[in-house]
Amino acid sequence: MSRAETVPRRRSAGLALLGSELSVLFRRRRTWAMLAALAAVPVLIAVAVRLSSDGGGGGGPAFLGDITQNGLFVSLTGLVVSVPLFLPLTVGVVAGDTIAGEASLGTLRYLLVAPAGRVRLLLVKFAGAAAFCLAATLVMVLAGVAIGAALFPIGPVTLLSGDVVGIGGFALRAALFVAYVTLSLLGLSAIGLFISTLTTVPVGAMAATIVLSAVSQIVGALPQLEALHPWLFSHYWLGFADLMRNPIGFESFADNAVLQLGYIAVFSALAYGRFSTKDILS
Amino acid sequence: MSPADLAIETHGLTKAFGRQTVVDELNLAVPRGSVFGFLGPNGSGKTTTIRMLLGLASASAGDIRLLGDPIPDAAAEVLPRVGALVEGPAFYPFLSGRANLRRFDSADRTASSSTRAARVDAALDRVGLSHAAGKAAHAYSLGMKQRLGLANALLTPRDLLILDEPTNGLDPQGTREVRTLIRSLADDGATVFVSSHLLAEIEQVCTHIAVMSAGRLVAQGSLDELRAEGTARVTVHTPDREQARGVLASLGLVPDHTRDDTVTAELPPGMLPETVTEALVLAGVRVRGLGVAGASLEDRFVALTGEGFDVAG
Repeated sequence: MSRAETVPRRRSAGLALLGSELSVLFRRRRTWAMLAALAAVPVLIAVAVRLSSDGGGGGGPAFLGDITQNGLFVSLTGLVVSVPLFLPLTVGVVAGDTIAGEASLGTLRYLLVAPAGRVRLLLVKFAGAAAFCLAATLVMVLAGVAIGAALFPIGPVTLLSGDVVGIGGFALRAALFVAYVTLSLLGLSAIGLFISTLTTVPVGAMAATIVLSAVSQIVGALPQLEALHPWLFSHYWLGFADLMRNPIGFESFADNAVLQLGYIAVFSALAYGRFSTKDILS
Repeated sequence: MSPADLAIETHGLTKAFGRQTVVDELNLAVPRGSVFGFLGPNGSGKTTTIRMLLGLASASAGDIRLLGDPIPDAAAEVLPRVGALVEGPAFYPFLSGRANLRRFDSADRTASSSTRAARVDAALDRVGLSHAAGKAAHAYSLGMKQRLGLANALLTPRDLLILDEPTNGLDPQGTREVRTLIRSLADDGATVFVSSHLLAEIEQVCTHIAVMSAGRLVAQGSLDELRAEGTARVTVHTPDREQARGVLASLGLVPDHTRDDTVTAELPPGMLPETVTEALVLAGVRVRGLGVAGASLEDRFVALTGEGFDVAG
């Protein structure tokens, strides 16, 4: 008798929601503003080094002194500088907004009534946050390479082990760098996703996520709390030096992956536990 | 009525927040194909009930069947056949009206992506928003947002529409259009469950009505059934006013309203209007006219809920 019953209802894999999530995320002005701010970091570094003409005498973050010899190092320096603060800041904004942002707009109830399915929505939201982590690091590296090539000579890269590799070898290592930093941020994204299911105030979830990233790094800096260090999600954040040796050392990469996957597993489970039974009253 | 004939069915549906019971032992029975008015003052538990029907909130007790299947267990199968407007429309302010609808449609796994663009445009057209489809939602007026919310409920053919206060924020013209829309949806065979705190806005389109008051269902049935429960009134037009009052009083009626050349009184159950006419004529009262009217539904609901419909409960 009624219309809908006559229409065959087949379920698709549901990738349309992921596509929609990515398009909404990357069409937002806020996302663009954050990516632009991240891209400004290597630009700022390159311009500062160029204006002060000679490398600054060996102080400062890793790779800073190498920039004048080879502009490609701008990209790596930018990432090193941003890992402790800027990147977690932007990731905290995106991950904290995932569920709480939808709840505060009221769009969460329409997604769930559509029905998106609560587990599916969580997966899509996490995938969106992960995509942002990748985009953020990628943007920094690309902006760094571009500004480095514009302001400094570029050429074969001398690694920490003393070997020299060509542009191709550097590109491989830059890609591994991007993968490493993206991976490092996934644990924080999972934490942000969980916090986001607890509230309908996105700013609160963002702030809490960012504060946790600061706390983790402070605890990591206190020798008295050394027993906790291997369990901190920020423990391997700056452990990418092995990637700049020859042959490439994957040990910290693997340790980092295990740690981040652990955080993803725990906080995804918590997010699921909270969100699957939550009353959506916003 | 067998369960298969019910689009919405609840038994003992209860929702408590802490010690406060917001919805109390609700037994709803919404027949398929009906336009079901869900009335009650603000704060009487209508929206909470709707949230439970749609699986957004869990019930503290009781069970729900939507289109014959249990909620929330079968929500994934049932909800694609249900269009909903819950507690006002909500959108991504930075996306256009069209992009908003595409976003929500993509959340439904059963909605085909190949027909998405066409279905979204058809839904926008149906609510008269085609001209503003490309405009960002934050630039929409309240009425336009309400229409966009309705369009979202119409993205795919639906068996059931659950519309929470669909006329909120609309001008009289818009309200009339929503009524026309509801009628056309019902004509297509869909069941329409529409909540409102304003009886007058939906009375004309409803076939059935339920009334909530303070979390409880105080009346439920077809419009005719509810009208029949009210007491009728008789109105006599006559130049012989005082004489008519006397006759009515002798029949046991209580004339309560006398003005110019009319006398009115409540007609007790069981007394036929012609009995009154006969008595008047026999007493020599010159009768110009005599009318009997059922109690207005509005009176009935004020009596049921104990307050006006605009008062927060």
